[in-house]
Amino acid sequence: MLHIKPYQAREIKKKMSSWIREKIFLGKTFSEYLAEHKNPMFILAFIILCLSFYSMAYRLIYGLGPATNLSDTYPWGLWISFDILVGIALAAPGLTVATAVYLFGLKDYKKFAKPAVLSSLIGYVFAVFALMFDLGRYYRVFYVIGWSWGLSSVLFLIAWHFFLYIIICFVEWSPAFFKWLGLNRLRDYFSKLGVWATALGVIIAGGHQSALGALFLVASNKMHPLWYSSLLPIFFLGSAIFAGISMVILESTIAHKIFKNLVKDFDDVEFNKRTIGLGKALFVILCAYLILKLLDITHYNNWHYLITPYGYWYMFEILGFVFIPVILLAFAVKENNTKLVRVSALLVVLGVILNRVNVSLIAYNWYIPLSEKYYPTWMEVSLSAGIVTMIILSYRFIVRRMEIL
Amino acid sequence: MDRREFLKRTLISSLTLLMAEKSHATGKETQRGNRANEINWAKYEAEKKTREAVQGESYAVLVDITKCIGCRRCEWACNEWNKNPNKPLSEFEKSASEKPSVFDRIRRTDAETFTIVNRFYKEDVTPIYVKKQCMHCLEPACLSACFVSSFEKTKEGSVLYNPSLCVGCRYCMIACPFDIPAYEYFEPLRPQITKCTMCFDRIIEGKPPACVEICSADALIFGKRSDIIKLAHRKLDENPERYIPHVYGEYETGGTSWLYLSPVPFEKLGFPKLSKKPDTEKTASFLFTVKVLEVVASVPLVYAAYKAISSKGDKEKDE
Repeated sequence: MLHIKPYQAREIKKKMSSWIREKIFLGKTFSEYLAEHKNPMFILAFIILCLSFYSMAYRLIYGLGPATNLSDTYPWGLWISFDILVGIALAAPGLTVATAVYLFGLKDYKKFAKPAVLSSLIGYVFAVFALMFDLGRYYRVFYVIGWSWGLSSVLFLIAWHFFLYIIICFVEWSPAFFKWLGLNRLRDYFSKLGVWATALGVIIAGGHQSALGALFLVASNKMHPLWYSSLLPIFFLGSAIFAGISMVILESTIAHKIFKNLVKDFDDVEFNKRTIGLGKALFVILCAYLILKLLDITHYNNWHYLITPYGYWYMFEILGFVFIPVILLAFAVKENNTKLVRVSALLVVLGVILNRVNVSLIAYNWYIPLSEKYYPTWMEVSLSAGIVTMIILSYRFIVRRMEIL
Repeated sequence: MDRREFLKRTLISSLTLLMAEKSHATGKETQRGNRANEINWAKYEAEKKTREAVQGESYAVLVDITKCIGCRRCEWACNEWNKNPNKPLSEFEKSASEKPSVFDRIRRTDAETFTIVNRFYKEDVTPIYVKKQCMHCLEPACLSACFVSSFEKTKEGSVLYNPSLCVGCRYCMIACPFDIPAYEYFEPLRPQITKCTMCFDRIIEGKPPACVEICSADALIFGKRSDIIKLAHRKLDENPERYIPHVYGEYETGGTSWLYLSPVPFEKLGFPKLSKKPDTEKTASFLFTVKVLEVVASVPLVYAAYKAISSKGDKEKDE
């Protein structure tokens, strides 16, 4: 039996409180820490979070019917479209940059790798968290892992790959975590495991990014022909890769602006050079995607759809958010203009968001009258906004405490 | 009444008010707690254990659209048998003549309605009545889509749903080309998918589905699938002026257990145009390709990982 004498207990308590103060409140007292967050941005975040918690509770108590605009015609709405399809595509930095650095030895980009892994980890965790509110029987979600396997389902592959990929991201990120906790032995152990996790991660991430597109393969008669293609899995994989690179460009820009004091030996020239390098990679993949899209339209002989309202919308997506970024990037790389690279990256990210919404909500059931189309309720929007807020706050929380940047 | 009691009562009454208002506003609060699918699944499980399933070929139903008079008795019988919310038979029967009528808009199946009859018009404005229910595909898209395998195609022909495994992801509803599975959106804790079971519980007792049994217009015919297909073609041959030459469901999406004969092209009656190859083949080939690629890709990746580790080791030695 363990005997703790009063003075020992006092000692432990003191140690605990100083640990919390050092690690959680960054050496400030609780009230100091709180005071630091009294600014409009955090108040806004607080309001969004309150609204989203209300929506979550409402969904859990009353069900999907009262909380959302989902129906038998539109079984999937904003939560699947935005939180899962968009969220997972934008959480692809780990797939792209971390792989290039850890596996293929592109050491120049090493600074980008840790933030990339972190954003993937947070992105996936919160995407799955959001999914729990969309699933009718969320408490059964583990059935798919160990109880009943639907081997013919694309969703089965996705579920398993999400499960594995979150573990992989955790392994990749854990050295920073254990270092923060001061557990150096564990840190070294997981550092060694990291390369293997990355190798496995490429397969897993590639598999489920394409599978998200393959979800819609089964509904050929319900999808608009311009968005439906046997190549959907490849389009989803390709766009996830360029979304991942764009997110790295944007995140690093924002992070280096806000957390400049956290970055050791920050080198502006070096950073800009790398941004241009990422821009080049982005250019190549966007071009490949554009060519595939052209081949796709020609293969299915879909040109005549382009002069319909859906066709105009399709051209808006492709020209505005793929073609124009390609042109901008060509200039940017030639002129060494990092600002233009960042603008293009922003356009590409917006384009990927638009594409996922188009595939899952606009092109799906495209033939039904406009009045019967789905649009989200304020609760659906607020829950998704809350998830985005949580992602940003968690990223900030971790970046300010662990060695990420 | 002390203060605590007062607060408690206020809270409870406002909560109940909120809930009552909500359910009143939607009018769909009854769309939950369906038992028909659960009962059929239990019968299927029991039947699997006790005796050999039906010998030989599965069953099918032929819907002769030209014979349907829109009496909606099939809807009534379906609700009655499956214990779905129902109304007196006369209210169903008068829909065809009454104005305004439920036929004024095109309906679909929902959480408490497994079959419905819709009204369309020929060019000479004579009405055409079309029954809609689960088609009981031979290669069901819902079954292939389900990630916890909670659908089963029985030897009798029914596609059955097992509520005890369902996670409620609603991918089956996305996958179904006929928009059949419905969901209990107003059930917060234990929602399920609901759909027609082809009256599996009647078929195993040697009876036809409830809708077929009640049909007095001769529009629904139940039998072995091969016999039904022969019958359909005989009807086409004998009365070529009555029908368009197409048995819907013979080949659509790999074949279905409900087959239709129509006087006008099926597209005009809201039937999707489907190829002979079911979409589930595309999914299957995708899954196969991914698995092959993952295995193939793992070789260079493992090599790269090995290289990355050994070069790191070298560097550490150098330092």
